[in-house]
Amino acid sequence: MDPSADEQELIRAAVGTVLQDLGIERASLIPILQGVQNRLGYLPSLAMRQVAEALQLPEVEVFGVGTFYNQFRLNPPGKHQIKVCMGTACHMMGGHIILESFERRLSILEGETTPDREYSLERVACVGCCALAPVVVVDDNVEARVSPIRVDGILLTFDIERQQEERQEKREEGREP
Amino acid sequence: MSKLITLIIDDKQVEAKEGERLLWVALDNGIYIPHLCDLRMARRTVASCRLCFVEIEGLPNPVTSCTQTVSEGMVVRTRSPRVDRLLRTGFELLLSNHRLHCAKCAKNKRCELQKIAKERGLKLKLTRLRQLVKEAQIDESPGVFCYDSSKCVLCGRCIWADQEQVKVGAIGFIRRGIGRKVATFEDGLLADSICTQCEACVKICPVGAFYLKEDERKPYKIKKEC
Ligand code: SF4
Ligand code: FES
Repeated sequence: MDPSADEQELIRAAVGTVLQDLGIERASLIPILQGVQNRLGYLPSLAMRQVAEALQLPEVEVFGVGTFYNQFRLNPPGKHQIKVCMGTACHMMGGHIILESFERRLSILEGETTPDREYSLERVACVGCCALAPVVVVDDNVEARVSPIRVDGILLTFDIERQQEERQEKREEGREP
Repeated sequence: MSKLITLIIDDKQVEAKEGERLLWVALDNGIYIPHLCDLRMARRTVASCRLCFVEIEGLPNPVTSCTQTVSEGMVVRTRSPRVDRLLRTGFELLLSNHRLHCAKCAKNKRCELQKIAKERGLKLKLTRLRQLVKEAQIDESPGVFCYDSSKCVLCGRCIWADQEQVKVGAIGFIRRGIGRKVATFEDGLLADSICTQCEACVKICPVGAFYLKEDERKPYKIKKEC
């Protein structure tokens, strides 16, 4: 999914500002990537290329750092962020089955975002409520004892919400002229 | 100009320049020490393969010979029960993440893993660990060579060749832990990257991860030997 012209402009500007603030030392690579992610929410391909060029590093080197650390994400955060816990307790209670259910339902893999940017899917390590395993954190809500059926339920709720919003919008549009 | 010193490796007296790396002093004097990641020409020693351990008199524990510099009067043993044990375990760990199918491999008989196994009497088989890689993951996009990441032992030699020797910068390490691999920017095909297909990586790879397409068809020649 290539970013639109507007987005490209946004990315270039963000990277430019960060580079201006932090300089172009090799040693600042991680702070630079952190700064870019702070501004954009993720590390777009274009941003990594731009950083590599400024620091005179191979692009793959920047990509290597971006994929090494968990704190960096290469895909834009979705409108709804789904975090599946893979801590010990959740793992034992079938966390991977839940993750797979989401992957299948959304047709994306862990770490990815749906093309419409509605959902992004990640795995996290222990969110601190093991008694509720397996746990999924959807946006800011903790979902306890999730089953594959509940996965369908969570996504269905969002689908319905969206449909309602769309209908609402249409109605408003219809009224305006 | 550094001065010449004498040291003893496996009861053999050898001369070397002070400050040289022990691994290369030993190899230059015909004493074999298993090794994968270190390169004589490289500026930095990464010491990641953990195969080149030796014992040095006066030091409590075995050390990696690629990071150890030689000094006057040093007494080195390349074999000891502790060294052998470290090697055996390190070697098996590497094998567990290396798709073993020597008979059909393009690098059969020229593989560094086979050489280590032969020199140290190790088996090219897993006894204590499970095989991690099962399927081949081959990038056939370059004209005359292929890259099979399921055979890569992550020594980093090809990255040195690519970035330092020919200064292209097409490949590097990405991800970490079990997902660690040698790849291009965004893990795409080599032919779609800035790779110039100079084959420096093919020449330097100690195993069958980077190999020439023509070598792949050859193995039938050696059939009678097996
Ligand atoms: S491809 Fe070959 S040279 Fe490169 S890291 Fe893997 S084993 Fe080493
Ligand atoms: S050669 Fe010494 S650790 Fe690899």
